[in-house]
Amino acid sequence: MEWDWDFVRQILPTLIEGVKITILATLLGSVLAAVVGLGIALARRSPNRALSRTVGFLAEFIRGTPLLVQLYFIFYVLPDFGVLLPPLVAGVIGLGLHYGTYTAEVYRAGIDNVPRGQWEAAKACNLNATQTWTHIIIPQAIPPMIPALANYFIAMFKETPLLSAITVLELMNQAKSVANTYYRYIEPITLVGAFFLAISLFSVVLLRWLEHRYGRIER
Amino acid sequence: MTQWSGYFGLILQGALVTIELTLMGSVLALVMAFLAGLGRLSRFFVLRALATAYIEFFRGTSIFVQLFWAYFVLPFAGISLTPLQAGVLALGLNVGAYAAEVVRGAIKSIGREQYEACTALNLGRWQAMRHIILPQALLVMLPTFGNNAIELLKATAVVSLISLADLTFQAQVVRSQTGNTLVPFSTILVIYFALALLISWGVRSLERRMARGLDGVRV
Repeated sequence: MEWDWDFVRQILPTLIEGVKITILATLLGSVLAAVVGLGIALARRSPNRALSRTVGFLAEFIRGTPLLVQLYFIFYVLPDFGVLLPPLVAGVIGLGLHYGTYTAEVYRAGIDNVPRGQWEAAKACNLNATQTWTHIIIPQAIPPMIPALANYFIAMFKETPLLSAITVLELMNQAKSVANTYYRYIEPITLVGAFFLAISLFSVVLLRWLEHRYGRIER
Repeated sequence: MTQWSGYFGLILQGALVTIELTLMGSVLALVMAFLAGLGRLSRFFVLRALATAYIEFFRGTSIFVQLFWAYFVLPFAGISLTPLQAGVLALGLNVGAYAAEVVRGAIKSIGREQYEACTALNLGRWQAMRHIILPQALLVMLPTFGNNAIELLKATAVVSLISLADLTFQAQVVRSQTGNTLVPFSTILVIYFALALLISWGVRSLERRMARGLDGVRV
């Protein structure tokens, strides 16, 4: 069997439909991961031992188990408890939770890197905890972590094909369905690979730029 | 209620397949990591280019796409792989690409003075690498290798999608036969987590053993 450009032209519109869902899932998942990660990082710093231990263990558990099984869990087990989610929503929650445990580590490192003097100065200025976090610590902690966060968002983007296993019609699933319709695997699967490779190579350039722009802490 | 022990046997069989895949994938990944990692540090342009292309290609696309490509597209090139072979190949090559960067980084992290001392002692390039640089770099690589092995373990879940009977696959079998979703998926999540803990424990004790006799070398 040989590469057929006419077939490529024929299936391209279907694949582009999939690309849209892939990008949508990545964007929503990234937002959720950013929020969940911050939540986990803050909870682990909480003076309440029970809270920080529980969240710490849960995060460790999520990080130690496969995303695919977590997706199955959200999609197949939760309906037993009356939580029926559409595939895309289940997928986004899975991606966001899984990568949230990774971004939590980025936040932790970023927050630890804010010098002690800043905390002390905030206390000296009589700021309360909320003010200290929102006005002093987070604005200084975030910019240096942007490259590391972006790195995980790119990793998440590459994991989106897993969503096809819970029937989300993203790029991989569209490719599989055209492959099964026409019994031709070479073009669809190779195009999916080429697409991901192209985006990844582009994102390497983007990451370099982000590192150049935000990577250093100005003193 | 009656045949739970039988279903548990199925899941245990799946666990064995998962362990087998993880071990074989890790061996291939380790070999590829050293080949590509050392290749990137080579004096010869061709070797450097080859290693870089390998690393960028396998890090740029996701394991899922690579697995499908190995399983569905390679047969058209005349290479038919069993699911197990395709799984080991995709997992090993994918994680090997990530680990290659670890090898490169660890070797680069060894101080200049070590290389200069090798030159002063009139050691050849190979001798210096074998006796001086690698023993020190290995210790730097080990913790990250542990993380890579856990990533590989988690990635094995994907092979269930090309009908290899691993943990995730068996959980789906149990789900379809019993109609119960909570038990099989919770069980395999716990098993995956236990395996991940086992890997990190193993790597940590290996690290302690290898660090023996290197006291004072590490800063």
